[in-house]
Amino acid sequence: MSSDAATDSRAKADMKENELEQAHQSSGVSRRAFAGSAIPGAVTVLPSEGAQAPATAPPGSLECSLTVNGQEHKIQIDPRTTLLDLLRENLHMTGTKKGCDHGQCGACTVLVNGRRINSCLTLAAMHDGDQVTTIEGLAKGADLHPMQAAFIEHDGLQCGYCTPGQICSAVALLDEVKSGAPSFVTSNLSVIKEVNLTDEEIKERMSGNICRCGAYAGIVAAVWAVYAGKTA
Amino acid sequence: MRPFTYTRAASIDDAVKAVSANSGTRFVGGGTNLLDLMKMGVERPAHLVDINRLPLTEIIEHQGGIRMGALARNTDAANHQLIRTRYPVLSQAILAGASQQLRNMATMGGNLLQRTRCYYFYDPSYEECNKRTPGSGCAAIKGVNRIHAILGASQTCIATHPSDMCVALTALDARIQVTGPKGSRTIPIPEFYRLPGDTPQHETNLQPGELITAIDVPPLAYGKRSFYLKIRDRQSYAFALVSVAVVLDMEEGGGTIRRAHIALGGVAHKPWRAEKAEQFLAGKKPEANVMRAAAEAELKEAKGYGGNDFKIELARRSIVRAVGTAAAMSQA
Repeated sequence: MSSDAATDSRAKADMKENELEQAHQSSGVSRRAFAGSAIPGAVTVLPSEGAQAPATAPPGSLECSLTVNGQEHKIQIDPRTTLLDLLRENLHMTGTKKGCDHGQCGACTVLVNGRRINSCLTLAAMHDGDQVTTIEGLAKGADLHPMQAAFIEHDGLQCGYCTPGQICSAVALLDEVKSGAPSFVTSNLSVIKEVNLTDEEIKERMSGNICRCGAYAGIVAAVWAVYAGKTA
Repeated sequence: MRPFTYTRAASIDDAVKAVSANSGTRFVGGGTNLLDLMKMGVERPAHLVDINRLPLTEIIEHQGGIRMGALARNTDAANHQLIRTRYPVLSQAILAGASQQLRNMATMGGNLLQRTRCYYFYDPSYEECNKRTPGSGCAAIKGVNRIHAILGASQTCIATHPSDMCVALTALDARIQVTGPKGSRTIPIPEFYRLPGDTPQHETNLQPGELITAIDVPPLAYGKRSFYLKIRDRQSYAFALVSVAVVLDMEEGGGTIRRAHIALGGVAHKPWRAEKAEQFLAGKKPEANVMRAAAEAELKEAKGYGGNDFKIELARRSIVRAVGTAAAMSQA
């Protein structure tokens, strides 16, 4: 496939998205179209099957291959592209949010090879061959992930902006607890045993995710509910 | 971010060669601090050498102590059975820093090389910063300096080292293994870090192109009697105003301190080994007036700059509390 064809297919995808957005806004400029035009570094998205590097890749660009929510993507990227920007701007998976963009808020939290990380502070190029799970990959079709359902049930959100990061973080938290990984509030680290989950443990382990609306009480309740096997 | 080129190192030699060849080239490991500084425009590398695929992730028993590969993630070290059982203060210190997400990314070597969180260093819209632009002055000395140094600072820089992990490593007499264009060497942690003096732009004694390959901690039979106290503005996910790592060797029964290892964080340009307090405590019982006198001896030369004056008394009290807590621990 030529780069023109790839660009063309991306433009078509953008148009479709713009049409959807235009139904909801009156300014005449779509928010996503505006954001897209402001992103430096041209990027070409190639389909995953039979993809080859385009003959006209921008100088210094890199080919990066990674699997997001089970689907492999081979992409030409500017080396500056963070994993967060790759997800949002190149793959158009906007569930993962850009909050502070400096690793301070946790809105960009995704799972890479099963571990939660801040996708804003890592280069996409560093994740060649990695398995990424985003908020879009947690639900199975129309069936919400138990943590998603619990956040709804327990009012673990208000505006919702931090929620995808909170949920990815909370999903990883339960795996960490199950594996016996300690936190700063775990007593006597030299005794290796299963973590005794407490409110204090949940709060410490979720401290990398800031919620400006202050839905913390609901978030802690949601984590407890899934831990206890009760999703509603 | 400014444009840069990127390659992935295939071997340690490959990485060292690439970084030695050009002063604008940097290693990237976890990237949690470097990328942040690149976004701020403080770091402006022309080329990044990704070292993440190098085989430097192992944590193993070594000469009776422990060797932690430079690319082991902070999480892996904090959760490692050998570290949790022999040097719990190191696990505690690592877990006191950052968030789980960041600890999952951050490497042991990268944590050693964290840059200061001085507001003026971090924001290039301030012209004065001798660390960022040598010779430009220090905006912090006469500015907002609540988080700044009280020990070992100079007229050119009052920044602090931000790491928790390195405070514990300092108390544990860690040794840093490096490989550079002239071969490999071992740097004891007190010789690894520098005070600001007239050259605050140089934070360590690493030579150009040198790559940290591992961190060794020597055997310490009494490493279990240890404690990391961190005082910060919020309960979690904040840098230390003052922190104290303590390891105590105590006589059984009598309760006398044979030897104390004490290091302070948040107070100086480097993790601060509290040698004066250690000497004062040796051979004494950890009674309240003794611990207070030890803390006063350590802070005798401390100097505040207005906003951080409170840290001097905070550091004294933190030493007393940390030593007292470690002394009261049962060795079960």
